[in-house]
Amino acid sequence: MGLIDAPTPSVVSVDPAHSEGWVATRLDFLVNWGRANSLWPMPFGTACCAIEFMASAASKFDLARFGMERMGFSPRQADVLICAGRVPFKLAPVLRRIWQQMPQPKWAISMGACASTGGMFDNYAVVQGIDTIIPVDVYVPGCPPRPEALIHAIMMLQKKVMKETMSSTPREEMVPDPTSQLYIPPSRIDTLSQAFGNSIPQTRSGQ
Amino acid sequence: MTAFTVVTAGSAPGLPVPATPKQVPHRGGEANPSAEALRAKFGGAILRVEVVWGETNVIVAMDRALEIIRWLHDDPSQSYEYLSDVTAVEFRDSTLPIEVIWHLRSIKHRRFLRLKGMIATGQPLAAPSVYDIYKGADWLERECYDMFGIVFEGHPDLRRILLWEQYAEGFPLRKDFPLRGRFSRAEQLRQALAANPEARYSMEELSVADAYAELPQDMRARIKGGESTGE
Repeated sequence: MGLIDAPTPSVVSVDPAHSEGWVATRLDFLVNWGRANSLWPMPFGTACCAIEFMASAASKFDLARFGMERMGFSPRQADVLICAGRVPFKLAPVLRRIWQQMPQPKWAISMGACASTGGMFDNYAVVQGIDTIIPVDVYVPGCPPRPEALIHAIMMLQKKVMKETMSSTPREEMVPDPTSQLYIPPSRIDTLSQAFGNSIPQTRSGQ
Repeated sequence: MTAFTVVTAGSAPGLPVPATPKQVPHRGGEANPSAEALRAKFGGAILRVEVVWGETNVIVAMDRALEIIRWLHDDPSQSYEYLSDVTAVEFRDSTLPIEVIWHLRSIKHRRFLRLKGMIATGQPLAAPSVYDIYKGADWLERECYDMFGIVFEGHPDLRRILLWEQYAEGFPLRKDFPLRGRFSRAEQLRQALAANPEARYSMEELSVADAYAELPQDMRARIKGGESTGE
């Protein structure tokens, strides 16, 4: 892609006489290359940062160049949560629920001063940084950040994805707390949602 | 169902052509004619009339405020059809009363009137609800209650609107409320995350029967009374 440096250069010698196309590479590299270049964002826009996010996605800055062609407005089909704007306490359980609904592997970008720290809203109503609710990979400073800053953050995230290995510890999901009202037992999830799948019925809870 | 009558702006006869007022004095000037009409009709219940920046403030006795607003709405010579705001003001000087403010507009007569009722220090925070006259007062009064804790007597469903219903720190626009709230950040976050989003945001997706036990008290009462959750 030209944007991403391969971690280690590998030398592959090819005999032109045997024109069967094959290439040897590390599986990690291949998987990460695929993931880094098809990050589907889930925009969580609450304030003026979301306007800059829209500008980033529109034709002038064109996030599609980075493999973010598809805006997933459903957390179930998204890889990156981009939280753009301040998050009031009333929205905190919603944001966390959305994060928990995203499938692994997943990443989060905190866009703007308010999402990262609460910004100028150091008051009774606003969450002081979304990293108190969900794990954040990249913070974007700015009030609001320009589209270039968001694109820079996305490229940083791509570099981070490229450095992951399959043997490294998987990201820890937040352990469900059965005493919390957010907790839904798997049996309840299956009661509420219908089984899906054609030949083999599958359940949302995965159990 | 309420039958609405169409009102054309400035349809009362003999009205001047609207123009942007210029060189309006800070105090004084011509008062809204409704103020004089109120004086003639209600006498002692009209405590004071002042004209500030060309707008007329009428300070009324709180116990007759509802009656006054109803007359302003119903009387054809006034016909204030539109309630644009219900709000309140608390001053930093705690000896001053808390003001409850109604902004009324007459489309027909092209008039704007600001009514104020005073709640003296130490008095219970209460004001009459104008919901029966203006249905639009519903959310305005709920917001005023949410921010100031003023109880609008007669409102059918007075509960918090901007903050969540379990919010226990008080009323944020009161002068004795600290900017960052009363609880620690950790406690605020813990309470916020303990909220159940489904109880508020997607009642249609969950069956109401399933979520019934988690719903707020007033909502349970409304569903029990046969009210539907959808619009």
